[in-house]
Amino acid sequence: MSGILTYALHYEGAFNKNSLGAVSEGAKLAKEIGGEAAVVVVGDPSELSDELCGSLGKYGAAKVYRANAPEGLGAPVVDVMAKVIQDEGYSYALFGGGLLGFEIGAGLTARLNVGVTMEVTEVDAQDGKLVAKRPILQDSAVVDVDYVGEPGVIIGRLNAFDAEESGDATAEVVDVDVQLEEHSTKATMVQRGEQRGADVNIEDAEILVAGGRGLGKAEGFEMCESLAEAMGGAVAATRAVVDAGWYPYAAQIGQTGKTVAPKLYLAAGISGAIQHKVGMQASENIVAINKDPNAPIFEFSDLGVVGDLNKIVPKLAEAVKEKKGG
Amino acid sequence: MKICVLVKEVPDAAVEKRMDEGSMRIDRSGEKNLNPFDTHAIEAAMQVKEGGEVDVEEVVAVTMGPESAFRALHKAVSLGADRSVHLTDEALAGSDVCATGYALSKVLEAESPDLVLLGQQSDDGECYTIGAVVADHLKMPSLTQVIKMDVAEGKLTCERQAEYGYDTVEVELPAVISVGDAINEPRYPSLKAIMGAKKKPLETKATGDAGIEGDRVGDDGSRTKVLAINPPPQKEAGEIIEDEDTDETVQKIVAWMDERKLLA
Ligand SMILES: Cc1cc2nc3c(=O)[nH]c(=O)nc-3n(C[C@H](O)[C@H](O)[C@H](O)COP(=O)(O)OP(=O)(O)OC[C@H]3O[C@@H](n4cnc5c(N)ncnc54)[C@H](O)[C@@H]3O)c2cc1C
Ligand SMILES: Nc1ncnc2c1ncn2[C@@H]1O[C@H](COP(=O)(O)O)[C@@H](O)[C@H]1O
Repeated sequence: MSGILTYALHYEGAFNKNSLGAVSEGAKLAKEIGGEAAVVVVGDPSELSDELCGSLGKYGAAKVYRANAPEGLGAPVVDVMAKVIQDEGYSYALFGGGLLGFEIGAGLTARLNVGVTMEVTEVDAQDGKLVAKRPILQDSAVVDVDYVGEPGVIIGRLNAFDAEESGDATAEVVDVDVQLEEHSTKATMVQRGEQRGADVNIEDAEILVAGGRGLGKAEGFEMCESLAEAMGGAVAATRAVVDAGWYPYAAQIGQTGKTVAPKLYLAAGISGAIQHKVGMQASENIVAINKDPNAPIFEFSDLGVVGDLNKIVPKLAEAVKEKKGG
Repeated sequence: MKICVLVKEVPDAAVEKRMDEGSMRIDRSGEKNLNPFDTHAIEAAMQVKEGGEVDVEEVVAVTMGPESAFRALHKAVSLGADRSVHLTDEALAGSDVCATGYALSKVLEAESPDLVLLGQQSDDGECYTIGAVVADHLKMPSLTQVIKMDVAEGKLTCERQAEYGYDTVEVELPAVISVGDAINEPRYPSLKAIMGAKKKPLETKATGDAGIEGDRVGDDGSRTKVLAINPPPQKEAGEIIEDEDTDETVQKIVAWMDERKLLA
């Protein structure tokens, strides 16, 4: 059967937004190539009710394969998807953006000896086949990628596919019994989803002042906080500084953090890596302060300021205060 | 314990990267360097070796790439690897992720390591996937983007950031781990180590030596084909201010924001 198989990641009783995007996109593409849209979900049976699984029908899935296997790690899902593909014959495996999809997609590539394309921003159906569009080299070019043989593995970029409810259909839920490979049982989750640092709310802010490694040290964030306070906004961060323990995870923007679209996103000491860009590029106005004139962030800023943030940010906070006060 | 580190030679950060329209591959001419993300993998290997928790007999750097890639191996050795293996063969040119991961796994299979370390991404290909491809071929557990790795006899305790926050995962050895760039601060090689690097054993292998099936690698063995290279969607270029007089710069920023009613 030609068709598209997606994977829906879930946590605390809800499906991941990017997974739902993949389910919607898969349903749309399946229609175009004349095949079935199906989804694999993996986890403890107590977490995966018929109702929850069936609800993927709202996003266009006809069938949901449910397997009792550990959730949150790549290899068990590879085992399940490989079996479903081998037994039922899907032509493509599609993943939303994030992290796990990269690991599962890569595992399938090896297991089935098939092609993979990652960071895909668009998929075109042509003559019953799919062509994946992938930006490369810091988004300076986009390549169209075709697959030799089946299934083709497509790993989307964060937010590339929108989750769209297309109706209120219920998907058929099919339980699959999969014997995990030995190596898939050799990694075990000890703790999942630990929130490091304070629980700050940045999603409702209309103005975000974001800081990156260019702040030099954790204390550098004080400058961002003063500016954010003057502007009436909140403070956001990159993975680099969150990993370094300079700022809370709850403030992280990007591929494994939050997606925001404030009126103003002011980035200080942020290079503009793709994984950060995908979480903030929809902002209405982007201002970047960076001392490196070649920093990628200037490619997608509305206002770029080339200079030392240590000099600029404190003065900017003062000037904003003055302007607002007067 | 034996650790293999996968390293890649990539165009130097200062080189403007572009596609070659003829071959549909990245133009890799010009100055090249060791993939900066891989220096974190080498450093992680050295910290395991020097940490004393386990006994590390050997750290082996492995690369697949054209002839020039031996320089990336020299660099890896100058950073502490004991020896290196260079898989190089015309037949490998044009290999995609599927083919590259397969070929590297054949070399690793022969080395039979207890731990395989990789960088979080190659600076040119940016695929983030070679680790998980190699792991599935080797039938080893794996994890990517690891920023903390504690090693004990027979197992690792790893931390990494995933979709919902930080995960802690226990991984039994042998395993394949791709490290994130926050895991450590790589050391600089000493002059002595740089000079000595050429004297450390470097083994060159062709596909036949590694038992690689010819029809699974190279352009013809690849499972993806690049059909076209297009320019990205155009975004209007932003305004740029060069900071010379900071008071002036700040006034310009304020005026710009005020115009857009951001200071209301
Ligand atoms: C799977 C995966 C997921 C990821 N998820 C995320 C994510 O969710 N969010 C995220 O942000 N990243 C994410 N990343 C990491 C991302 O690739 C980058 O490494 C990260 O965004 C870089 O953070 P940064 O800009 O703070 O640091 P850097 O890239 O180090 O940039 C620092 C910048 O500061 C500038 N600078 C230095 N000093 C000064 C100064 N005095 N004045 C002005 N400018 C200065 C420098 O020129 C440089 O451009 C992810 C990566 C991977 C592989
Ligand atoms: N040709 C190669 N030879 C050796 N290692 C590689 C090669 N390509 C990628 N790698 C390793 O895989 C990691 C991730 O690369 P990638 O999946 O291409 O982003 C790199 O940091 C390297 O450790």
